[in-house]
Amino acid sequence: MTVPSATASDPVQAALDTWQNEPGALLPVLHAVQDSVGYIPREAIAAIADALRLTRAEVSGVISFYHHFRTTPPGRHTVEVCRAEACQAVGARQLEAHAKTRLGLDYHETGADGQFSLEPVYCLGNCACGPSIRIGGAVYGRVSEARFDELLTGLDTRALELR
Amino acid sequence: MTVRVFVPSDTTALAMGADAVARELAALADRRGLDLELVRNGSRGLCWLEPLIEVETTGGRVAYGPVAAADLPALLDAGLLEGAQSHPLCQGLVEQIPYLACQQRLTFARIGVIDPLSIEQYRAHGGFAGLERALPMAPEAIVEEIKTSGLRGRGGAAFPTGIKWDTVRKAGEGQKYIVCNADEGDSGTFADRLVMECDPYMLIEGMTIAGLAVGATRGYIYLRSEYPLAQRNLNIAIERARAAAYLGDSVLGSGRAFHLEVRLGAGAYICGEETSMLESLEGRRGLVRAKPPLPALEGLFGLPTVVNNVLSLAAVPFILDRGAQAYADCGVGRSRGTLPVQLAGNVLRGGLVELAFGVTLRELMEDFGGGTRSGRPLRAVQVGGPLGAYLPAAQWDTPLDYEAFAEVGAVLGHGGVVLFDDTVDMGEQARFSMEFCAVESCGKCTPCRIGSTRGVEVIDRIRAGDRPEANLSLLDELCTTMVDGSLCAMGSMTPIPVQSVMKYFAEDLRPTDNRRR
Repeated sequence: MTVPSATASDPVQAALDTWQNEPGALLPVLHAVQDSVGYIPREAIAAIADALRLTRAEVSGVISFYHHFRTTPPGRHTVEVCRAEACQAVGARQLEAHAKTRLGLDYHETGADGQFSLEPVYCLGNCACGPSIRIGGAVYGRVSEARFDELLTGLDTRALELR
Repeated sequence: MTVRVFVPSDTTALAMGADAVARELAALADRRGLDLELVRNGSRGLCWLEPLIEVETTGGRVAYGPVAAADLPALLDAGLLEGAQSHPLCQGLVEQIPYLACQQRLTFARIGVIDPLSIEQYRAHGGFAGLERALPMAPEAIVEEIKTSGLRGRGGAAFPTGIKWDTVRKAGEGQKYIVCNADEGDSGTFADRLVMECDPYMLIEGMTIAGLAVGATRGYIYLRSEYPLAQRNLNIAIERARAAAYLGDSVLGSGRAFHLEVRLGAGAYICGEETSMLESLEGRRGLVRAKPPLPALEGLFGLPTVVNNVLSLAAVPFILDRGAQAYADCGVGRSRGTLPVQLAGNVLRGGLVELAFGVTLRELMEDFGGGTRSGRPLRAVQVGGPLGAYLPAAQWDTPLDYEAFAEVGAVLGHGGVVLFDDTVDMGEQARFSMEFCAVESCGKCTPCRIGSTRGVEVIDRIRAGDRPEANLSLLDELCTTMVDGSLCAMGSMTPIPVQSVMKYFAEDLRPTDNRRR
């Protein structure tokens, strides 16, 4: 068995220990790994494949199919902007453009300083109070460009305080 | 005397600041020595008033909204805890707010009323009565009840639920499954989320009854990963239901088992398609399966499986408790019972509206929705999610009824109604439909995988003025190919919004310079 890197070995083994014998274990394993590591490290793929008696191609294929899974570390904060129609109807297109400019990132990119990742999301279920974004676990409704900046500024401040 | 104050805790209330309101209220109560009990209830679904807080009085629950944390000192000064109605944010008795009072809430009767995770409150408001009635019944009698109710799948395809259950019931002995499709990915929909966040025991009860009806001992809720709060509430509710013997090896001591588990999707819209979802539950890429075999006969892990939407399963406890006829008495034609509609997008009063089938789209958008949030004229309405048609004004008098919608080339889908004012660029919307399909196609069949990408290109050429007439007829042909040649609803329905734009909003597909604005 390929030994995963030091950062990944415990979470991967823990995920496998929990799920390995459950039917349809692959998605729960991938979720558990990503939840604890932040992404799915390349080294984890072989370990997961071996444990679940799958080929590495099968595991990689599943990871690449689902938008939620990522194989590179995310920024310190992940900003998700809803692109779906209900949000479009109240200005999501402009908000998307503003977010990209403000962060200097396109979708699926992480800034060089590792602060922010920008991701599209197709519906957060907050459709009566759009446009909606999510930062970390928190959903925000009726987000104007000014509110967006305010939320980001709050994050920047907190990051500074931690230093 | 302790006063009970309710501050909702669903995603929309939180997105509008409900946690800050709850924190501030607790702090103020502390500072002012007020005797209040803070209850985190679910949401009534009156989203435009969120956070909508309620105060229990002898005359009923008085509502205030939308409340910001900064409003609380003044609200308390104005007699919030006595239910005083003088403050401008006071909405009066919550049950008398016209938006709520004019609904027919069968499925959503408890929502916002109770603490979502309290079994005691769920029971006190009629919860588990349906399950208790179903437990001594023969499986075929339960199925018969569902057939008589006229319940059809609320996920979009509108297939009669009773017939589906009967197929699984008759599919022989051995392991069977109940799978709840909680991959509510349609833009403009949030009814499933409200059920799972605000009344999760109702879904647990509905699935357990389904298990009894078809002889399934195991159920999975396939939940979209975009709904972490629903995941949390469902998991807590399942754990508590298990501890109270509503789930487990012997449901309420009946000797009949039902086990339930939440499984998380991973951000793939296509996994709302039932066969794709089954693949995903089995741990694979969510590629759609060709049908037949039907999932009812060869579903999860190749075994007979009921696949139902959240709202279909959530309607089941009412039907068993109050009787099939009580449900069937609502509605029109072959659309029986109620439809939870979600008003979203550019709407003044967005939220959940549960009504018997038959109300017109216009009544919903005007009487309930109050028109657009921007105050500008309404131009187009997309019903039924990203694969649903954009309806022009001439169609707004269509009644909400599966057959009436089919007649005008539209779909009701999951009941999402998204309003757009006159600033919308319908050419952009048509392009987005194709783009969304390109992003979300599972890739198994060519018309959907390649067709959507070509669709974006053709629309771009039309809008750039590159042989628009020839390209429009090419787009028309492409749409026909996708409809006829795709394996599932993703490819075969993506043309619906596009064709509705070509038919009713054609001026927006002209080259940019000639377009309005």
